[in-house]
Amino acid sequence: MAEFFIVNPVGMGLLIVGKIFLLVIPLLVALAFLMYADRKIWAAVQMRRGPNVVGVFGLLQSFADFGKYIVKEVVVPAGADKSVFFMAPMVSLVMALIAWAVIPFNDGWVLSDINVAILYVFAVSSLEVYGVIMGGWASNSKYPFLGSLRSAAQMISYEVSIGLIIIGVIISAGSMNFGNIVLAQKGDWGLLNWFWLPHFPMLFLFLISALAETNRPPFDLPEAESELVAGYQVEYSSTPFLLFMIGELVAVVLMCALISLMFFGGWLSPVPFLPDGIFWMILKMGFVFFIISMIKAITPRYRYDQLMRLGWKVFLPFSLIWVVFVAFAAKFEWFWGIYARWTVGS
Amino acid sequence: MSVFAFYLFAISVIAGGLFTVISRNPVHSVLWLILSFLSAAGLFVLLGAEFVAMLLIIVYVGAVAVLFLFVVMMLDVDFAELKAEMARYMPLALLIGLVILMQFVLAFGAWESNAAAEGLRLQTIPVDRHNTEALGLILYDQYFLLFQLSGLILLVAMIGAIVLTLRHRKDVKRQDPVAQMMRDPAKAMELRDVKSGQGL
Repeated sequence: MAEFFIVNPVGMGLLIVGKIFLLVIPLLVALAFLMYADRKIWAAVQMRRGPNVVGVFGLLQSFADFGKYIVKEVVVPAGADKSVFFMAPMVSLVMALIAWAVIPFNDGWVLSDINVAILYVFAVSSLEVYGVIMGGWASNSKYPFLGSLRSAAQMISYEVSIGLIIIGVIISAGSMNFGNIVLAQKGDWGLLNWFWLPHFPMLFLFLISALAETNRPPFDLPEAESELVAGYQVEYSSTPFLLFMIGELVAVVLMCALISLMFFGGWLSPVPFLPDGIFWMILKMGFVFFIISMIKAITPRYRYDQLMRLGWKVFLPFSLIWVVFVAFAAKFEWFWGIYARWTVGS
Repeated sequence: MSVFAFYLFAISVIAGGLFTVISRNPVHSVLWLILSFLSAAGLFVLLGAEFVAMLLIIVYVGAVAVLFLFVVMMLDVDFAELKAEMARYMPLALLIGLVILMQFVLAFGAWESNAAAEGLRLQTIPVDRHNTEALGLILYDQYFLLFQLSGLILLVAMIGAIVLTLRHRKDVKRQDPVAQMMRDPAKAMELRDVKSGQGL
């Protein structure tokens, strides 16, 4: 039986499909509860109750929403480019989901253990912009078009600094594989060995860039409801809109996973006397998601020129200088070699 | 399995290229072009050049094609006029295309690659190294100066583009973030008691 899954091409295919389901279904179910958590946190900050009707404490609110989205009518604008119009939400969701193929949740618990994993995630997240652009253009309407133009410029701008921050981490870890990046953070000092300490300012830059990249508040200019109604999503209803919404949130959770893998040691335990495991990874992702939710609740929206200025004139030079600094620090092993973790592990 | 994947990617590269040319809508053309790029990246992965594949996606699909799409979406193209123009220039275009094709055939027909280069081509991927590591060693050890030089050329091109387009217009109001940050309520506002029926 075991041979069937290793030798036979059909068996191999089935095994891969099974693994994909094992990853995607818990992810989507967790997503429903994260959406609920997001709304609850937001409500708590504003001293409201938030969703509390469907299920115990409103826990099933997201499922009720999903059901409602699905049974609504799909409205297509008259002048819309139909094929592109329906492709856009699919691109948005698929691009957000396929990036999870290389994210490890525990030592070796990964769908595809490739060498260039971090580049793959970067490449896929740079494709996410197409969902937004295609959606905005295909709607054949002014507000969606403006929203998609804004968002394209915004996502490209912040990708640059995300890329440079990633390069710093790659230099320190000596590998582009997430498993090796996490193992490079393993050490006797527990959480002091993680990359948040040597790469401290970059942690914040990455968090802010991730917010801009995923169009989360305070950088939700593509859908700024006070100026653009809802940006590229205006003409979408029913299931296509649901796909956009899920895609956006999956991208946010992906950023949480990236931050916990790159800066917080993934599945590693923060203190030496506790065992490593998947629960640490989930705990860290939850923590980062909480921070992102809080930021949504407490910050006002950025103005567009401020956003561009921040991306190009502040983040880009700073992260570029940081890459040079990390390269020197790693090469000459300054600061007791904390920037050159490839000499320690593997 | 990999043969199947190869034919899948190869067909979609060619189909993408074909539809890029024959699509009526320029935005559809760019989308087909993106499909073509992605499939080419898939072919690179099959060749074992995963780093190049990822760079292809990041640079071409993630940045260059987005700009293409940007420009094409903003263009207001009149298709009927374009068609008429195309019919007029068709013979000339065919002639030029034929000449270029002949040149390629002549050039590549007489191409004889060096025996040493042929040997190199057979073992581009060292077995004991990752693809990325091998590329890095070649670029930063053996061809360091050439690599830096190509970077310098790109930098010059970038500076040139900026110099050509940078204009400081005096008649436009600009946002000054520093001044905005330095404002405080005491200086920006003045509170007055207004008597009713009088105004200021």
